Amino acid sequence: MRFSLFSLARQALGGHARWPAQWRSPEPKAAYDAVIVGGGGHGLGTAYHLAKEHGLRNIAVLEKGWLGGGNAGRNSTIIRSHHPRGETEATHQPSVKLWETLSDELNYNVMYSPRGVMMLAHTVHDIQVFKRHVHANRLAGIDNEWLTPEAAKDFCPPLNISPKLRYPVLGAALQRRGGTARHDAVAWGYARAASALGVDIIENAEVTAIRRDASGAVEGVETTRGVIKAKKVGVVAAGHTSVLMGMAGVRMPLESYPLQALVSEPVKPVLPCVVMSNTVHAYVSQSDKGELVIGAGTDVYTSYSQTGGLHVSAHTLDAICDLFPTFRRMRMMRNWGGIVDVTPDRSPIIGLTPVPGLYVNCGWGTGGFKATPGSAFVFAATMARGEPHPVAAPFSLERFTTGRLIDEAAAAAVAH
Amino acid sequence: MLLITCPYCCTARPESEFRYSGEAHIARPLEPATVSDDDWAAFLYMRTNPKGLHAERWRHIHGCGRFFNTLRNTVTDQILKTYPAGTPRPDLGAPAEGGR
Repeated sequence: MRFSLFSLARQALGGHARWPAQWRSPEPKAAYDAVIVGGGGHGLGTAYHLAKEHGLRNIAVLEKGWLGGGNAGRNSTIIRSHHPRGETEATHQPSVKLWETLSDELNYNVMYSPRGVMMLAHTVHDIQVFKRHVHANRLAGIDNEWLTPEAAKDFCPPLNISPKLRYPVLGAALQRRGGTARHDAVAWGYARAASALGVDIIENAEVTAIRRDASGAVEGVETTRGVIKAKKVGVVAAGHTSVLMGMAGVRMPLESYPLQALVSEPVKPVLPCVVMSNTVHAYVSQSDKGELVIGAGTDVYTSYSQTGGLHVSAHTLDAICDLFPTFRRMRMMRNWGGIVDVTPDRSPIIGLTPVPGLYVNCGWGTGGFKATPGSAFVFAATMARGEPHPVAAPFSLERFTTGRLIDEAAAAAVAH
Repeated sequence: MLLITCPYCCTARPESEFRYSGEAHIARPLEPATVSDDDWAAFLYMRTNPKGLHAERWRHIHGCGRFFNTLRNTVTDQILKTYPAGTPRPDLGAPAEGGR
């Protein structure tokens, strides 16, 4: 069913009792042309583009839990593209453009809200680095501008720019086209659109082994819902990538850490934009429901626990209480961790692997959500053609052997 | 916050006294000039990153300052054993996934 004013009116007259399921829940077939392991935004988007642009309709997405239950539903929903490195600009900027048209493309409202992302500078070093980023981005045609503390406060009135702060706000880099989107809606929208194109989305199917034939090439996967044959397998499993690639005998340059986030009680609109700060470590925006959505840091140790230590979240709240004194009396409702896979150079890995037929899209670390549309687009092209998409080519797994690393410590804006 | 028993100080101290230093038992090749690019990449970058028992290095920076190794279950974050650097990994068997 296509969503439109007409379909809304018709369902309203029917008491909203007849909305169909948004995607099919088929039984897994014995074989597919391609299988995507991981039903997050990147994996579902990959399946969507494989079906839409590359004509692969006999494909499946395998998700061990439910759609949107992993990092797709655990991130802080921020979209931005002000990265200083050319390779990274090339991957993220198309994503921001895709975000602008994603709701129309999928016929599903992902609630993309380009409300502006403001990154605060607190030290002379911050000012120098951010101004360099602003200039590098503007040279590449990417929106980014420098604000004085007063201009930052004009843009975001609750911000405390008192010079008496331990780390006063000395300026800010503002990307006006950055913002947020409803993260579950991104997963659901891709799932619905992919399912309509014939993609089988199979939830509660955890991959337990990757099968290889005598030549070493992939021939399928074993799952908790049976064996599924496929000549092409794409692993898009974020924090669990090392575990899955280990099933094919491939060691990865990844470490998985819990990245924490938390939300406050809902309040009336108070924060008009996204505010980020590397130096005092805070990310905050306000959801449409009114909750403050707060991104905290990673724990220092590798873990699959999806929780992490409370002191990591408390550290971020310290910073937020300084920057927004008006938030001091708010109560926090929930906090959680998502398991993020971090590469040594903080850039993703998109491409082929030493195992024929096995592809991987991983290493997005603490900043994967914003790249979802672009990542899905280039990974689908890579899987369909059997060779890296030109934008993805520098992000190959071989770069760790050749030494051509893409040192992107700014990718997540956190102090790695 | 983890409680970690330093095997030199022999007391359980909060995680904030320590610095995490990554996977343990990764030996730097003795003659780097003779090592292939693949082996060097394996030494520098490839990590086990297990879901389950992880042997990892910690340093007691706000205590004795010494490095030691820890066996921790990465599903529960429970620390099962700490032991001095340079000693082999104790054999505790594999933990049941997700269990303590």
